[in-house]
Amino acid sequence: MKVTSGYQDGKLTLYLQGELDHHEASAALRRIGRTLDDYLPQDCVIDMDGLTFMDSSGIALILKISRLMEETGGRAWVANAKNQPLKVIDASGIDRMIKISTAAKQ
Amino acid sequence: MKQHNYIKLEFPARSVNEGFARAAAAAFAAQMDPTMEELGDIKTAVSEAVTNAIVHAYPDTVGPVQMRLRILDGNVLQITVRDRGRGIPDVKKAMEPMFSTGGEERSGMGFTIMGSFMDGLKVRSAVDRGTTVTMSKRIQVKANA
Ligand SMILES: Nc1ncnc2c1ncn2[C@@H]1O[C@H](COP(=O)(O)OP(=O)(O)OP(=O)(O)O)[C@@H](O)[C@H]1O
Ligand SMILES: [Mg+2]
Repeated sequence: MKVTSGYQDGKLTLYLQGELDHHEASAALRRIGRTLDDYLPQDCVIDMDGLTFMDSSGIALILKISRLMEETGGRAWVANAKNQPLKVIDASGIDRMIKISTAAKQ
Repeated sequence: MKQHNYIKLEFPARSVNEGFARAAAAAFAAQMDPTMEELGDIKTAVSEAVTNAIVHAYPDTVGPVQMRLRILDGNVLQITVRDRGRGIPDVKKAMEPMFSTGGEERSGMGFTIMGSFMDGLKVRSAVDRGTTVTMSKRIQVKANA
């Protein structure tokens, strides 16, 4: 699991890569929390294009990022969800709490 | 019933083994010729069950986790994940969506995901004795295989 980020005009994009499970989640959350503190963005995009696997630990991570953003008056959403991670998102029903945009079909 | 292929694995309840358990399950299931989606479903369900054993079963110790995979008649994959940990006092309640004793690092969606990604899910548990999760999935047989 790798997290990289890019910032432009108040929008922070977090690029998740690899497999996101419980083993990876707490270190990822610490890194992401620091990045959010550094930029204090208005919007946070969780980009899942490079994510090959995610389980319910990823659902908790998305909800946590969303709460952190709300605390500072911003908002978060998911972009480029596809394949297995998208199926987990759909099964969890979190699209009722956070905007999920899916990857364009190739 | 004829005895088909199976594997049994045991590992300590350490989070580093979550990825290993998924990969081992996927490698075993490969002989059933699953689609990418079926393989993803199997890895997801294994990840949820094994993570539960690691996160919830042993609060103060690192106990053993057993995983068994077995091929049954009709191209059905059966997966059993067992721990000898603290058990679940009310299984029905634990299986409800959003129920969690795990705090905000958990979403309470593990059993819901196992149930929706597999065809069968059974949970047996006894307090201070441990928990056994049994899941099954029929792998579609492909034409011209
Ligand atoms: N092997 C186990 N041993 C003891 N308790 C368990 C075990 N598996 C599950 N539980 C209990 O059942 C609850 C629900 O489990 P479930 O996997 O659905 O959600 P979670 O693990 O809390 O969160 P998530 O899986 O979304 O990260 C857990 O919070 C825990 O209390
Ligand atoms: Mg769980």
